[in-house]
Amino acid sequence: MTGLILLVIVGLIIVWVIAGYNRLIGMKNQVLNGWRQIDVQLKRRHDLIPNLVNAVRGSMDFERDTLTAVMEARAKALTATGPADAAQKEGQLSLALGRLLAVAENYPTLKSNDNVKMLQEELSGTENKVGFARQFYNDIATKFNTAQQVFPTNLFAGALGFKPAELFEITDAADREVPTVDLSRRGTA
Amino acid sequence: MNLYEQQAANRRRTWAIMIAFVAVLLLLGAGFDAFFVGAAGGSVPIGTIAALTGGTISALASYYNGDRAVLASTAATPIEELTAEAADDDKVKLRQLENVVDEMAIAAGLPRPRVYVVPDPDPNAFATGRGPEHSSIAVTRGLLDTLNREELQGVVAHEMSHIKNLDIRVMTVVAAMVGTIALLSDWAWRGMRWGGGSRGRDDGRGTGPAAIVFLVIWLIAIVLAPLVAQVLAMMVSRRREYLADASGAELTRNPIGLARALEKIEGVTGPTRAMKRGSAHLCITDPLGRQMNVREGHWAELFASHPPMAARIAALKGMAYEN
Repeated sequence: MTGLILLVIVGLIIVWVIAGYNRLIGMKNQVLNGWRQIDVQLKRRHDLIPNLVNAVRGSMDFERDTLTAVMEARAKALTATGPADAAQKEGQLSLALGRLLAVAENYPTLKSNDNVKMLQEELSGTENKVGFARQFYNDIATKFNTAQQVFPTNLFAGALGFKPAELFEITDAADREVPTVDLSRRGTA
Repeated sequence: MNLYEQQAANRRRTWAIMIAFVAVLLLLGAGFDAFFVGAAGGSVPIGTIAALTGGTISALASYYNGDRAVLASTAATPIEELTAEAADDDKVKLRQLENVVDEMAIAAGLPRPRVYVVPDPDPNAFATGRGPEHSSIAVTRGLLDTLNREELQGVVAHEMSHIKNLDIRVMTVVAAMVGTIALLSDWAWRGMRWGGGSRGRDDGRGTGPAAIVFLVIWLIAIVLAPLVAQVLAMMVSRRREYLADASGAELTRNPIGLARALEKIEGVTGPTRAMKRGSAHLCITDPLGRQMNVREGHWAELFASHPPMAARIAALKGMAYEN
């Protein structure tokens, strides 16, 4: 009788571990999928930047520093590996792009050009898509991590090879720096 | 209530509506059998069989055709067609809409819905479809012209929440069944008037008090079924507008965008002519411009398809101050 009860208890524990394992696997795949989404959007952004820089170069030649900063940040972002590194380098690129868009506001010829407007729309769209893909990724990654850490799942999550997912966030203080933009000419634009 | 509870509630609701639908079909069919087939001496429940098969086929057809029917009735054009022949500055605006829909699909983790533009100067928007895999978002030309990017994003996020919450599925199911019941009760009504003449001649069955009570219930059911179904659709609609506002703000993390959009939309309270009465509960604001939706109170609670705009805006602004 005692043996039977023990058998039932062991059976229940096994079923419960299997259920927990499958749930974690499901979440892990969601997290991976979320990461791929970010990757797709980052690639779109990398492809878009040379077009934008070429489109505005003619009218903004004396903003050479801003343009060079964007291209350099892009080159660096292409070499990123893993969420934390990518987050840091893409953060730099976002800052450089933000600066470029803000500076472009000073050029009335650029502001009224439909091609440039389209590129700007594409760029804000891409920036937002990167941002929302990151938001979605971080949300599900946090859920995945919480699921591993809560009792009693934490008893077997590590043993079964689950690791917490890295969050995609800007951790470096320098990356949070607000871009300085000269707005003195904005009134005339 | 959060998004997942709403999803679960909507699944339950869909089942409850379908069961109620079958019950109404049975009532309509059985009533027909009892009074006409039975009265004429037949024993095969023709009415019940016809109501069940006809009703099911009709409901399934309108369910799978529901989104196309709604889009066609508003003359909505796919955005790809518009972009192909748009002027350059308009292309930017259309591209912005496409981008915003993409952004919100990414934020919600859903496949991208098809995008349509309705040629109507009044600002409004709606979502329709059978679920996240078969969904469409339509905005009016007026909305596109009135709102800036941030506000447009708020409205699209609201519609995306309707898709994610499965509200659009419930609405498509309700619309399909309301349409079918309206059709069948119309037929039953005609059939009864036509059959009524012959009842005097053949008075063999169905004259006991129980039968008369049943006849009265049946008549009331025929008359009230479409109305009850309509009120049901409205009731489901009002509460979920608040929820869609809230989960939309969760997608954009910017409740003020939608609040501003609603303020602008409220400023233009003209009716959206392209939206028919039947699709009113799908829209972000009541397209009929009824005063009901502006007021508070019990009657308004019962018959308005949307909560008062001021209350929605206040709720959104409240969210913004919490953060």
